[in-house]
Amino acid sequence: MGKKLALTGNQAVATAMKQINPDVCAAYPITPQTEIMQRFATFVADGEVDTELITVESEHSAMSACIGAAAGGGRVMTATSSQGLALMWEMLYIASGMRLPIVMPVVNRALSAPINIHGDHSDSMGARDSGWIQLYSENAQEAYDNVIQAVKIGEHPDVRLPVMVCMDGFIISHSIESMELLPDDVVKEFVGEYRATYPLLDVDHPVTYGPLVLPDYYMEFKRQQHEAMLHVKDVVLEVAKEFERISGRSYGLFESYRLDDAEIAVVILNSAAGTMKDVVDSYRDRGIKVGLLKPRLFRPFPYREVAEALGNAKVVGVLDRADSFGGFGPTYMEVASAFTTNGARPLMLNWIYGLGGRDFMPEHAEQAIQQMVKVLETGEVEVQKDYLGVRE
Amino acid sequence: MSTTPLRLKELSKKEELLTGGHRLCSGCGAPIAVRQVLLAAEVPVVAANATGCLEVSTTIYPYTAWRIPWIHTAFENAAATISGVETMYRALRKKGKIDRKIKFIAFGGDGGTYDIGFQSLSGAMERGHDIVYICYDNGAYMNTGIQRSSATPLGANTTTSPAGKVIPGKLQPRKNLTKIMAAHGIPYVAQTTPAHWRDLMTKVRKALDVDGPAFINILAHCNRGWRTGTNTTIQDTKLAVETCFWPLYEYENGRLTINYKPKEKRPVVEFLKTQGRFRHLFSPDNEHILQQIQEYVDREWEALLREEAFWKDQEEETAS
Repeated sequence: MGKKLALTGNQAVATAMKQINPDVCAAYPITPQTEIMQRFATFVADGEVDTELITVESEHSAMSACIGAAAGGGRVMTATSSQGLALMWEMLYIASGMRLPIVMPVVNRALSAPINIHGDHSDSMGARDSGWIQLYSENAQEAYDNVIQAVKIGEHPDVRLPVMVCMDGFIISHSIESMELLPDDVVKEFVGEYRATYPLLDVDHPVTYGPLVLPDYYMEFKRQQHEAMLHVKDVVLEVAKEFERISGRSYGLFESYRLDDAEIAVVILNSAAGTMKDVVDSYRDRGIKVGLLKPRLFRPFPYREVAEALGNAKVVGVLDRADSFGGFGPTYMEVASAFTTNGARPLMLNWIYGLGGRDFMPEHAEQAIQQMVKVLETGEVEVQKDYLGVRE
Repeated sequence: MSTTPLRLKELSKKEELLTGGHRLCSGCGAPIAVRQVLLAAEVPVVAANATGCLEVSTTIYPYTAWRIPWIHTAFENAAATISGVETMYRALRKKGKIDRKIKFIAFGGDGGTYDIGFQSLSGAMERGHDIVYICYDNGAYMNTGIQRSSATPLGANTTTSPAGKVIPGKLQPRKNLTKIMAAHGIPYVAQTTPAHWRDLMTKVRKALDVDGPAFINILAHCNRGWRTGTNTTIQDTKLAVETCFWPLYEYENGRLTINYKPKEKRPVVEFLKTQGRFRHLFSPDNEHILQQIQEYVDREWEALLREEAFWKDQEEETAS
């Protein structure tokens, strides 16, 4: 087994990248991701990895170079946040459309304006339809574990898609936690050798990447991307099983916490789930049947499985750290859609919290659960979408 | 490996790496330039292509006109894309997974190079990748229907700089991108045209030979945008050189050589008058613009001559 260390989320992710030892990485600084690629540059400079580093002049070029490199026929990674991800937006669709299994840690940060460097999920939620697989991570340990598993998920022959691994900016990226690292050789063996399907660098078998596809074929390309996404759930579970064998840590499509007999269920992503679990415990102590579901795989979203896991809840509250102005939060929309697979009709509420790094405190979690208890009693939802911890 | 001499007889025996059957216009300068580039290359090449006429017309799925590995990702990033491919090549070569010598070329039009791709180009050149960036400059966004770019010459009538009742076409002279690339201090920078095929192919070979980034700017006639027939590509292009509108020159490790000096420099109107995009300039009201264009061409040409003379003086000083 691995060794216990105190690391920040960024250090944990940089270490995972070192152990994966990709062929090519692109680096461009942006808060709060900077530390990942900066540490990785040190590994390159000290000869601790074989990676060729491209120190690009923008995130747009970072993803463009990653696409060129991945098409070339090797393993490729980069990392970004916020505006950087937004600048990459055009290229995200091209990476997935070309079926290139690039792995990219995303250190979640709010989007401008007004400019804010702290953690929320607006960046990665904006990219949820870009054809990338998205894994979310509660803490440094999960971020580390997800990055290693992402390589195998994305490169799986049934999948061949790029993967984002998301963790909360500052709250996780810059906080020191106790976590366990796997030995280098174990990670190396786990991720294995990458075999590209149609490498551009095979000059004896020239291929054309990125042709013009008109209405006669375009839709088939897009349908195939969806088909590939449909394979992801099984692959995520298969890779999780293999990962459990080397780490002793088990992962699923999401985490269920005290959910089995829950009448009230809370759905919440990433670091705030940790706070929420504590508050769930205190309500359980008072005899209130509250549980929690923390999505891990957000794209593709496991609709049926989520609906089943939330099956017995009469009230479901979804907390989103990203907003859709004039609409519900992105996680809420997915959870609401999930119930169309089993016809369940719980009463649903949506809270927006923690935008721009606003602290999510136990009292915010209590406020939400208190409201859900009231809804459970009255059977009536007065305000369906509300905000937590905001000045009125 | 022996090098194919730059003689038509021998070159005609080489396989064409951009096949016929693509859907570029007849008379288009771009495929003529590309075929010359690929004929000049003596080692396997991998190409990236910016979005534009060349890209859309040569790869209409399920067909491709490219017999070499080729990638198009987007408009503004051919340089970044090829820099990724080249970096992967170095990574895999280091690990012994590739043992062939491969060279890397990016193709972009003037929109994808002078304008939207300028940052990506500058970044890739500064990083020192072993790539050749080739701009086929037809002087406007021709693929979308002749909109002005920063390569569009002063006075040209385009759909976004139309010659109107109060504004006589494009008001600004073109950006001198070749000089800007030379200012990057990269090992090789050149300007040429497909009408001077031996010059073009010699330059491509030099660019491929250097270890590091190279940039070649190729004037590419566009009969749609220049408003000419489809059979005057080579003549019109030669006039650009004879008038010194588009001089043939190169920078080798920073040292300038002018590759061709017309015995008698022709007035720029000879280049302009064959093209419909400049027709409005020949009305009496716009005579001052013709003058401005001539002054601009003269100034740039004289600056080149002075710079070349400077290098010759330096050499003489070193020799004596």
